[in-house]
Amino acid sequence: MIYYDKVTKIYKGEAALEDVSFSVEPGEFLSIVGHSGAGKTTLMKMLLAEERPTSGSVFFQSENIHEMPPRQLFAVRRKIGTVFQDFRLLPDKTAYENIAFAMEAAGRSEEEIASDVPHVLELVDLGDKMRHFPHQLSGGEQQRVAIARAIVNQPDVIVADEPTGNLDPVNTFEVVQILKKINDLGTTVMLTTHNKGVIDSLKKRVITMDRGKVIRDDKEGKYVL
Amino acid sequence: MRSSSFWTNTKRVFRSGFLSFWRNGFVTLSSILMMTLTLFVLGLVVFTGIILNETLQSLQDKADISIYFTTDAPVDQIMSLQQQINTLPEVATTTYTSATDELAAFEERHQNDQLTLQALSELGSNPLGAVLTIKAKDISEYGAIAQYLQQQEALGGTNSSSSSIIDKVNYFDTAHQEAITTLQNVTDSAEKLGLVIIVILALVTIAISFNTVRLAIYTSRDEISVMQLVGAPRSYIRAPFLVEAMLYGLVSGIVTLILYYPLTYWLGQATENFFGGINVFSYYISHFGLFFLLIIGAGVLLGAVASYLATRRYLKL
Repeated sequence: MIYYDKVTKIYKGEAALEDVSFSVEPGEFLSIVGHSGAGKTTLMKMLLAEERPTSGSVFFQSENIHEMPPRQLFAVRRKIGTVFQDFRLLPDKTAYENIAFAMEAAGRSEEEIASDVPHVLELVDLGDKMRHFPHQLSGGEQQRVAIARAIVNQPDVIVADEPTGNLDPVNTFEVVQILKKINDLGTTVMLTTHNKGVIDSLKKRVITMDRGKVIRDDKEGKYVL
Repeated sequence: MRSSSFWTNTKRVFRSGFLSFWRNGFVTLSSILMMTLTLFVLGLVVFTGIILNETLQSLQDKADISIYFTTDAPVDQIMSLQQQINTLPEVATTTYTSATDELAAFEERHQNDQLTLQALSELGSNPLGAVLTIKAKDISEYGAIAQYLQQQEALGGTNSSSSSIIDKVNYFDTAHQEAITTLQNVTDSAEKLGLVIIVILALVTIAISFNTVRLAIYTSRDEISVMQLVGAPRSYIRAPFLVEAMLYGLVSGIVTLILYYPLTYWLGQATENFFGGINVFSYYISHFGLFFLLIIGAGVLLGAVASYLATRRYLKL
């Protein structure tokens, strides 16, 4: 489904990624761990075409992401839900509108929006905070809105880059539970994290990176650094 | 999954543009203030141009050449000279005033001057001759007309009669000639200066507008990247910003038009007295449609272009 083929990224003479190759199967829950600067975020940005590889290719459903025309790329992005450490919600839109915007961007009808948005907000337990703006929500709540936005278009993959980085242990646990639930329903999840507890409790595949290289790839891995 | 139609998208774009216009209170307010200033300056440029133009026009209208005829000049000869002058391409109009009318005008001008009137009545006959006043199409053409008249005079009049019927042509008074030349120079340099000022002011105001809208959109650059990440097409991201910036232009234009009402009212009498002829208030009211189109149009257009350029900067793939 996703295939990184000998991907190298060089920033100002220094390699952020060096000859990275691995693939992700449909329905898999993959965690990527490593120190800061190991190249985890760069890897995620490659998949979203926010960054171009210096050499090598990234394939999504057998198509090279970096050779797609813009129109096709917009379509691919709608198949990938994204969750970030800093939530990245639209500050001038309410929780409801943030999620509705992702649906509008995907060209969904008003009726679908009216029925799906409340439903997905209920799923992340925020049914009573639909009309709140991001600044009126706690960090954990904002991250749950971000997850709701990521899943509302029923994407094939969820990319979560340090989603628990700004959260306390209780919210961290809740966010990971939601991601697990999404994965159980068949969606592929790619997660990067620093959190040893999260990785050890998941008991799923773990790729360990160090200085731009993949140093371990374990089927039922643990946080080893 | 049902796909949304063009109209649904348009509706969403407008709703989103209106919403962020309303919710970004401070950014909206400062953008409108800056844009109002810009449009106000633009309006000043237009008003200055109009006042300058009208004043020059009225000054130019005051320039003319008068031919004073001798008291015994026969009317038919004067008429034939008038016809000849009328055929000159430089001439706009000629006005004939008979000796009797001249006398009446003279008496009216001096109605409080008993001494002059008494001296006039003692003369017994009309000492004034008929006058032909010539207006040129352009102020620079008086020289050519005067030259033509000089030739006529040298030839000894309009026909073969021995004595000239022309007593005096007042263009040849040095003072009159100088006044026309000076006026011509002033007109030329005022037009050039006016044009330079208009171009500079227009450039400055456009730069201000661009920067204002760019700053407003700069505050949304993170939003733009989020919109791209959720897969929104570029046009769909750009359109609400376009709507928002055009709203800034619209509201600023309306505010500017409202501000000009009391301002021109206040200045109307003063401009009429000072510049002679034009009252900015009545001009503003009678040409309101034009000002409306100009100010609102400029505001909306500036907003649109500025937002197009600004969003392009933050829209990366």
